[in-house]
Amino acid sequence: MAVTATTRDDAAIPVVPRPISAAIGVLPLAPLGTALGLVLGAVLRRHRRIFDRLGTHAGKRFGLRPTDLPFALILHADPARPRITLARRLPRDGLHARIAGPLAGLAGLVDGRLDGDALFFSRVLSVEGDIEAVVALRNAIDDAGIDLLGDAASLLGPFARPAERIARTALDVAGGFLHPTGGPKGGTARSGPWN
Amino acid sequence: MELICPAGTPAALRAAVDAGADAVYCGFNDETNARNFPGLNFSRAEMREAIAYAHAQDARVLVAVNTFPRAGSVPLWERAVDDAVAAGADALIVADIGLLAYAAAAHPAQRLHLSVQAAAANPDAIRFYREAFGIRRVVLPRVLAMHEIAAIARAVPCETEVFVFGGLCVMEEGRCSLSSYATGRSPNMHGVCSPASHVGYRDEGGRMVSRLGDFTINRFGPGEPAAYPTLCKGRFRAGETSGYLFEEPVSLDAAALLPALREAGVTALKIEGRQRGRAYIEAVVRAFRRALDALDAGRPIPPGGLQALTEGQTSTEGAYRKGWR
Repeated sequence: MAVTATTRDDAAIPVVPRPISAAIGVLPLAPLGTALGLVLGAVLRRHRRIFDRLGTHAGKRFGLRPTDLPFALILHADPARPRITLARRLPRDGLHARIAGPLAGLAGLVDGRLDGDALFFSRVLSVEGDIEAVVALRNAIDDAGIDLLGDAASLLGPFARPAERIARTALDVAGGFLHPTGGPKGGTARSGPWN
Repeated sequence: MELICPAGTPAALRAAVDAGADAVYCGFNDETNARNFPGLNFSRAEMREAIAYAHAQDARVLVAVNTFPRAGSVPLWERAVDDAVAAGADALIVADIGLLAYAAAAHPAQRLHLSVQAAAANPDAIRFYREAFGIRRVVLPRVLAMHEIAAIARAVPCETEVFVFGGLCVMEEGRCSLSSYATGRSPNMHGVCSPASHVGYRDEGGRMVSRLGDFTINRFGPGEPAAYPTLCKGRFRAGETSGYLFEEPVSLDAAALLPALREAGVTALKIEGRQRGRAYIEAVVRAFRRALDALDAGRPIPPGGLQALTEGQTSTEGAYRKGWR
């Protein structure tokens, strides 16, 4: 699939390098799944309005596949018991919709730094299944103003602020090791006449 | 010139205001506006809060009630008008003659703008709306060339607003039935063009196939920039050739034409994209705010750097520079 996008000027979407991805692949999923479950809980406690915007799509199951990581996530957007689970690959059945793209692209959508339509136009993001549910989820998340790091750090109570500072610094450093992707084919700017 | 910016959610409205919008347009979360998408738009309470936020930042809010009421459901649209006025909207953007009559009669002090959906494309039509309903501004269809915009601006007794960035429609604004034909849902009466409920994507050996209802809209090769799954932007095949028939998948970008639009006497510049995310809103509004500031200071218009946000990753100056009519 295409692995490129620029969303603001020339800011490319980075991807996790293959050696790092491969190293992550040998780790057990359970601890990461537990941590992600806690983060999801923190996010939803702070942003209950997401379920209002999901409307009739609350309760659906979304498969999220970071294309540069050796695992996938399954989000069950059940207002009563929201949960997220990890799997080596997405199941063939039981999902209402599937969303795939580089981790940085998916994370950028969650915290509103990236525009979903732009990622779709540039083929960085691909979607399948119940597109109405995907659109509702995208709009609900975009409105929520989620700050993934801040929300995750809130789990640490009085240590939230220093932990958030350390995490942001670590991410900046880690970002230097990620590979920016190239541009989409045919993506050269061209201004043409009407049709 | 005023910068009029889109917002599909309260967060997007705040982003637009903070990025330098003079006014933001938005709608209620129902069929009364032309972006009735899942998870999008404003509840009544959100609209009141959003208007308060904008007003505190000295920005205005224009509420779009710009679909056409269906027989038997007119009270839904009248209620939207009443609620927008009660929420403190600075203007209502309306297309339907009956609803304009209602708004003018029920709320004579309310500022009314004629929606692009009304497709008023000549001075006589616009004068009629002005005289009959007291509209203060017309949003011009995206089919007019620059000299036609200048001629209209000189001739009409109201302000003019034109689109400068974002998605384009075919030359039947407010009258297009392509989505209705394909899905049974109308952009003009249900407020949704190519509803997501009828959209499908699938991978075919690395090629992405987009479908709307029973129609295959396009097949994009690996890495080829994609577009919205609307019938007007479908790629049609005839014999051995394939190509776009109604419209290519491109976005309007008229930043380079701002000096000419000012010269033409245009009052306001509109950015399309209530369905887009905060990142789009913020980037586009900032780019056009910089452009307007440069224009006012007599400097060249700076590059917007917005190509990656455009449909098909391509921009056009659309009909503004057309030479075929």
